Amino acid sequence: MAERKVAWKARKDNSLIGSDITRIDGVEKASGSAKYAADINTPGTLFGRLLTFKGGAGVVKSLDTSDAEKTPGVRAVHVFNGVGKEVRWDGTIVAAVAADTAEQAEDGVRAIKVTYEAKPHWVDEEDLAGATKSMRTKPLGDNQKGDVAAALKAAKYVHKGYYGIATISHMCLEPHGSHCEWDGEDKLNVHLSTQNVSGTGGQFAGPLGLEASNVSITCNYIGGGFGSKFAADQWGLACAELAKKAGKPVRLMLDRATELKIAGTRPSGFAEVTIAADAEGNITVWDSHHWGTSGIAGSTIALSQLPYCFDGIPNRNRKATGISTNTGPNRAWRAPPHPQLCAVTDTVIDDLAAKMGADSYDIFMKNLDKTPKPDVYAEEMKIGAKLIDWKAQWHAHGKGGGNGAVKRGLGMALHRWGGRAGATTCTVKVHPDGAVETFLGSQDLGTGTRTVIAITLAETFGLQVADVKVNLGNNSYPKANPSGGSITVGGVTGPHRRAGLEALWKIYDLVAAKYKVAADSLTAQGGKILSAGKAVCTWKQACSLLGPMALEIQGAGPKNDGLTDQGVGGVQMADVSVDIETGIVRINKLVAVQDCGLIIDELTARSQVYGGLIMGIAYALSEERVMDNKTGRFINADLENYKLPRIGDIGELVVHMYQPDSEYERGVVGLGEPPVISTGAAISNAVANATGVRVPVQPLTPQRVLEALKGGQA
Amino acid sequence: MRPFEYARPQTESEALDLLNDHDGNTAVLAGGTDLIALLQDDLAAPQRVVDIKHVASMRGVTADGDGIVVGALTTLEEMADDPLLADYRSLHDVVDGVRAIQIQQMGTLGGDLCHMPNCWFYRNGYGLLAMQDGESLVAGGDNRYHAILGNQGPAKFISAARFAPALIAWGAEVRVIGPDPQASEWLPLEHFFVTPKVESQGISVLKPGQLISHVRLPAVANRISSTYEVLQMEGLDWPLATAAVTIDLDRDVVREASIVMGHVAPMPWVAQEAAASLVGGTLDEVTAARAGEVAVAAATPLRDNGYKVQLAKTAVKRAVLAAAEMLEGAL
Repeated sequence: MAERKVAWKARKDNSLIGSDITRIDGVEKASGSAKYAADINTPGTLFGRLLTFKGGAGVVKSLDTSDAEKTPGVRAVHVFNGVGKEVRWDGTIVAAVAADTAEQAEDGVRAIKVTYEAKPHWVDEEDLAGATKSMRTKPLGDNQKGDVAAALKAAKYVHKGYYGIATISHMCLEPHGSHCEWDGEDKLNVHLSTQNVSGTGGQFAGPLGLEASNVSITCNYIGGGFGSKFAADQWGLACAELAKKAGKPVRLMLDRATELKIAGTRPSGFAEVTIAADAEGNITVWDSHHWGTSGIAGSTIALSQLPYCFDGIPNRNRKATGISTNTGPNRAWRAPPHPQLCAVTDTVIDDLAAKMGADSYDIFMKNLDKTPKPDVYAEEMKIGAKLIDWKAQWHAHGKGGGNGAVKRGLGMALHRWGGRAGATTCTVKVHPDGAVETFLGSQDLGTGTRTVIAITLAETFGLQVADVKVNLGNNSYPKANPSGGSITVGGVTGPHRRAGLEALWKIYDLVAAKYKVAADSLTAQGGKILSAGKAVCTWKQACSLLGPMALEIQGAGPKNDGLTDQGVGGVQMADVSVDIETGIVRINKLVAVQDCGLIIDELTARSQVYGGLIMGIAYALSEERVMDNKTGRFINADLENYKLPRIGDIGELVVHMYQPDSEYERGVVGLGEPPVISTGAAISNAVANATGVRVPVQPLTPQRVLEALKGGQA
Repeated sequence: MRPFEYARPQTESEALDLLNDHDGNTAVLAGGTDLIALLQDDLAAPQRVVDIKHVASMRGVTADGDGIVVGALTTLEEMADDPLLADYRSLHDVVDGVRAIQIQQMGTLGGDLCHMPNCWFYRNGYGLLAMQDGESLVAGGDNRYHAILGNQGPAKFISAARFAPALIAWGAEVRVIGPDPQASEWLPLEHFFVTPKVESQGISVLKPGQLISHVRLPAVANRISSTYEVLQMEGLDWPLATAAVTIDLDRDVVREASIVMGHVAPMPWVAQEAAASLVGGTLDEVTAARAGEVAVAAATPLRDNGYKVQLAKTAVKRAVLAAAEMLEGAL
């Protein structure tokens, strides 16, 4: 018999993989029957509410919860930061109250008497000189490659500019939080909104003094995480403490303002950059100093990855400075910190091209030899250019004419990401009646985890997607990596393909013995087992040969067998209109050309890219944290002033999944993060092309656009 | 939200009776698009909420001699749909600019005129004037969205009323009733708004126990009108600056004009000189742009909001051009 080898099917043999398949849990999500942590309401569930610090920085001077404890309906009060504790940023949680109704919990919060001793705060993340004067900066390293000074002398074109990108919050639609219910004294059931089903049990168990095996974590659905929901978090532990004290289940979700303030931010980055090229447009010099903040820790975007993607620039100086601010701490935000890196690299290259009087496209193309994937980028650029009609529509920056005050422009940028498969185990069961199900402690962050697993097993067994039952979202299932880093689809499909094949081969052996056919002649297709293309028996008949017990196979991965890979590129192009009298920018069209190896479900893959583009439009044009220097407050922590795009702000989105056979042969690579990376730089470049002026800092609000136009800096 | 009594009157005098208990520590609930948020954020803590939605006399649009009377409870959508208001284009521009179907269906005209400012210091609990230790938090803090006109006193917020510029430009009057159940008074809407010197003055002449019952518009006659709101976002968003115009044309020559700016000052800002600059001339890019320049000539921007001068100027220019059907090349 021929050797049985783990591999994906030949591309042409797939009936499901690579086509458009709707999510198997789409109806639940769209109809509201899907239960999120915020929906869990077991009998007697109490409402949790938070008392938060509203200021820049301080120390808790006095705290009296006695009136809160006596407030009607209040069952428990939990103190996070008692007397003497520092509260170092706006929104810091001081105490939590659990009560029979939400209103009673709010009454309880109001009944807490707290005073603070104010401390000086610093919240300005862009003002490097001011931060330095206030002793808020720290050097985060510098390094050199080649000889920048000599290369600058030899260069034909030199451009120097200032660039930046503001802090944003994760802004999950479903805020962080949990529902905690005790089962006796030593067993805790948690419904947690988490990207980390398998990894959070211990985070509850340790601090609460429980055996890890006695903490159950459930998360069947999650309303957004973007890298901010890996932990039990202090409010998760507080929810458990409140439930214990009250002797009743408690649900504690962050309110919107607190969600914005303390549940994760994407660090800002500002940079002064000098770039130079030779007469042919080859970039020869990169010299940057960048700064920004991640909060009180005073970090900023990593030094090691600038200039982004164009690692091959031969002469390079770079230096980073962190600013410690009294602001909520950072957490990984979708593709950390690539959007920021791209925002301060691809804009610079675009300005260099303008200085050379060249088409930006040509300069990006010319310098692809300095990137990790020149061939893929080149192909993707050609496709993107066609889709956005680059050659016909592009004009020199600011030279496009336009209709009155409205100027139109094109811009592009490119990105990369890893996306290797995350460690995942699973148990696949094939029942004697033909039913197929699988169990794993993974989660569906929005990737369509259930759907891609069902497709993988259905493709392997020759079944329909609906024939596969996927059980995930519980930490009693075989463990899976947290969903972060675009590692889930590769992570879960590899082990399922392996386990599926192993199960199938066992079934083939049984069929071969029973029906006297050669096992290596068998294939599974359309609910039947075929031998050399001829039906031998149905899937159900084949499974009945298993005997009375289900066949149970453990899957694991990643393995070096070609099912998964890592490393993607991607190119985005933007067509925008700018009203130069109001500074308003509108997206006409965004084109994303994205590679990601073998695509399991093209529909969910495209959805990922659409979602990335929309988040990109948000941080490029309107979304930012506004810290008020005077009060030290996150002053726009509400959905009126923390401005997110609505449908009308999106424009036309064109997604092209780049998938020649060479991509299919690579196996599965993660996709969640890359499509959000280069959107901001592409839009910024399009605005520069439209107006002839660089708006240095994203988001490109009317204020920033008008100020740039007034200054006229290119 | 704190506990409160809920009352549901059927008539104006019942409403006033109910509003005048508890020493006037009561609040009027109409569409709820502002009050509910104020209650949730603990910025309003009335002992009683008087839900006036069922006061039939305060709803709907009726002809009144030469003019039109609009009940304060009339929703944005009802205004947009009413044939009697069809020719008041500048009002339709406002309804369109609100964009959110939910607000258009729930929000009322009276509620808009009484809407509390979206100033982020106010909304974060620092009060209307946002004074702390005798110092203006707005002046020293992030004031990118604050006033560029009428901001030399303690009030630096911007009026939130979106219909006010258009209504004032039309010469609308407002009927204020209470606190005495029989008391009612018509006054020019222009005189309804105040720029407070002290916190307790609020944003309008309304005293505790009073409310707006109706707004009266004069006949359109042969006037043209428009409102231009500078909106960053395509969805529900606060204008960064607004201008409303009504212009009486004699053939092509401006006989009379009125220009009122919004979201640039603590109250709607009547730009008299800008309007006067149009009179006697024709409408074109040049005259419209000049009106814009004149309208902002006295602007006193704060540290962060200089860009709003440009926006206000543009809004005036574009409102004039839009009224004359001459606006092109704008997003």
